[in-house]
Amino acid sequence: MASERDGIRKERLDRGIKVRSDGVYCISSWREMAFLLSPRLLLIMGLLLMPLILEPAPYWQKVLIIVCIYAFLALGFDFLAHFVGLVSLGGALYIGVGAYISALLNTELGFPLWLSIPTATVLGGLFCTLLLWPCLPLRGVYFAIVSLMFPLLAARLIEALDVFGGTDGIMGLDGFANRWWEMYLLVSVLLIALFALRRLVNADMGLIFRGVKDNDQAVKASGISITFYKAVGVLIASCLGCFGGACLAHVYMWAGISQFAMDFSIIPIAATVVGGGGTLVGPLIGCLILVPISELLRDFGTLRIAVYALILMGFIVFKSEGLMSFGARKYNQFEHWVEI
Amino acid sequence: MDILIYGIINSATLALMAMGFTLVYGVSRLPNFAHGALYVLAGYICWLLLNELGIPYILAVFIALAFVAAVGGAMYQFILVRIRGMAISEIIASYAIGLAILEGLRWGGLKGGTFTLAPFVEGSIEILGVSVDWQRLLVVGLGTVLVGLLWIFVNQTRLGLALKGMAQDERAALTLGIDSDRMAVASMALGSLSAAVAALIILPLGSIVVEAGYHVLIMAVAVCIVGGLGSWTGALLAAFVIGFAQILTVAYLGAHFQVVVALLAIIATLILRPSGIFGRQKELEERV
Repeated sequence: MASERDGIRKERLDRGIKVRSDGVYCISSWREMAFLLSPRLLLIMGLLLMPLILEPAPYWQKVLIIVCIYAFLALGFDFLAHFVGLVSLGGALYIGVGAYISALLNTELGFPLWLSIPTATVLGGLFCTLLLWPCLPLRGVYFAIVSLMFPLLAARLIEALDVFGGTDGIMGLDGFANRWWEMYLLVSVLLIALFALRRLVNADMGLIFRGVKDNDQAVKASGISITFYKAVGVLIASCLGCFGGACLAHVYMWAGISQFAMDFSIIPIAATVVGGGGTLVGPLIGCLILVPISELLRDFGTLRIAVYALILMGFIVFKSEGLMSFGARKYNQFEHWVEI
Repeated sequence: MDILIYGIINSATLALMAMGFTLVYGVSRLPNFAHGALYVLAGYICWLLLNELGIPYILAVFIALAFVAAVGGAMYQFILVRIRGMAISEIIASYAIGLAILEGLRWGGLKGGTFTLAPFVEGSIEILGVSVDWQRLLVVGLGTVLVGLLWIFVNQTRLGLALKGMAQDERAALTLGIDSDRMAVASMALGSLSAAVAALIILPLGSIVVEAGYHVLIMAVAVCIVGGLGSWTGALLAAFVIGFAQILTVAYLGAHFQVVVALLAIIATLILRPSGIFGRQKELEERV
C-alpha cells in the first residue's frame, strides 16, 4: 500500500534540556529545575487547588471526591498489572470490603471516624490478601478470571445470607465534619500514595516486583518466594482500594451491596488504559477525565458502562501507550521526519 | 432420583455453556471474555426477530446463530487481531467488548418486562417418577449431539484438523501453510456459534436477562479451570462434577450457594491439582 509516508520515518531526539537535567547537576540551573519540577508541581498544585476552584459548584466537589476514590483503585490496578504482573479485574472487592469493615466498626463497635477509616484500610487489605492468597500462584488470565468472581460472589453472599443489613446495607455512619475535610483528606492521601508508590517501584523491592512480572522463574531461582511478593503487591493495592472504600462509606454515610458493583471494577481499568499503564500518574489523569464523563452520562443509566467499555477498547487497540506516555514523549523529545 | 436426573441436566447445561470458551482458548490461546455477552446477544436477537419482525421460530433461530457467529468472527478480525499475543490487552479488550454488549443491551433492549423464548417442545414427561420438561431433555439430547458434532468436526474435517494443529504447535502449523489468523477467526466464529446454540437451547427454560451473561462467563471459566483448558474430556468431566455439586448444594443447603460451589471448586482444584483434572504439563507451566 503506497502512501505519502513511504520512504520517510519519524526521528525522535531528546530535547537538550532533558539531557542536561538528567544528572544531579540540574540543580545548578533554575531553568533545568523548572523543567523537572513543573509537571510535578502542576499535578500537585492542581489537585490541591481543585477543591477551592470548584467552590461555587458543590456538585462537582462531590465528583472530585469520587474521582479520588476511583483514582485509588486505578493506582492499585496499575501497580498490580504493570509492576507485579497480576491483572485484577475485581477492584470492586476492595471498595466493598473497605466500606463494609469501616461501616461495621463505626456502627457496631462505635469507632470514631478517624479510627475506623485507618483500621478498615489495614484490616480490609489483610482480609482481601487472605481471600486472594490461594489464587496467587495463578498467572495472567487465570488470576484475572478468579479475581473477577470475588466481588460478584461477595454481593450474592451478602444478599443470600442476609448479613450486614442484607440488601438495605448498613446505614447511619458518621459523616465527615464538613466537605473540606473529605476533599483534602482524599486528595492528600492520594498524592502521598502516588509518590510513595513511584519511589517503591524504583527501590529494591520494586525490582523484585518487576522480576516477578517479567521472569518469575529467575526470581524463584534466586531463592525469593514469588507468592510472598505477589501477596505484598496485592496487600498494597488492596489497602489503597479499602481506604477508598472506607472513605466512600463515610462520605455517603452508608455501605451496601452496590459498592461491589461493576463500575468499581471497570472504570479504574479504563482510566489506567486511557491514562497510560505503567506510569502510575496516568491512571490518576485517566480518572480525572473519565469520571466527570461518567457523571455527565448519569442520566443514561447503564449506558455509561457501555461507553466506558468502548473508550477502553478503542484506547487499548489503537492507542495502547495512553495519554501519559504520549504526553511525556512530547515533553521530553522533539520529532521530525527524515528520509530513509 | 431427582438429584440424579436434574444433576445430569444441569451438567449438560454447564457443558454447553463452556464448550465455546474451551474451543476458542484451546485453538487461539485467546480468553474470550465476551463469551457470556454473545450468549445473551443470541437470545436477544432471536427474541427480536420473533416478536418485532414476526419471523418463524426456526428461521429466527438460524438467523440469530449466523449473526452471532459473524459478530464473533468480526470481533477477532477487526479488533482482537491487533493485540494478539499481549495477554493483558486481550483480556481487557474482550472483557470490554463483552461489557459494551451486555450493558448496551441492558440500556437499549432488555429493560421493562420479561423476555422469554417459547420452549421448542411443550409439556413434560415422567422419568422414573420424576417429572421433567421436554425442553430440559432436549438440552441433554442436543448437548450430546453438539459435543459429538464438534468432536467429529475437530477430528475428521480439514478445517478442524487445522484448528487442532494450531492448538498444538502454532509455528509448525504455519510452516504447513495454515493461516493462523484465519484459523483464529474461524475458531472465534465457531466458539460464538456454540455460545449461541447453547443460548437458544437453554434460554427457553427461563427468561433472557443481562445477568445471565456474567453467570455464563463465570461458569464457563469454572468448568475450564477445573477440567484443564484445552482438554475436552476434562471439560466434560468438570461440567459433571460442578453440575452435580450444584444440584446437591441446592438440595441440601439452599439455592443461594450455587455460585459459591463454582468458586470453591476452582480454588480446590488450584490447590490440589493446579493443572486441572485432565490438564497436561504444558498448561501447568503457563498457569502457575
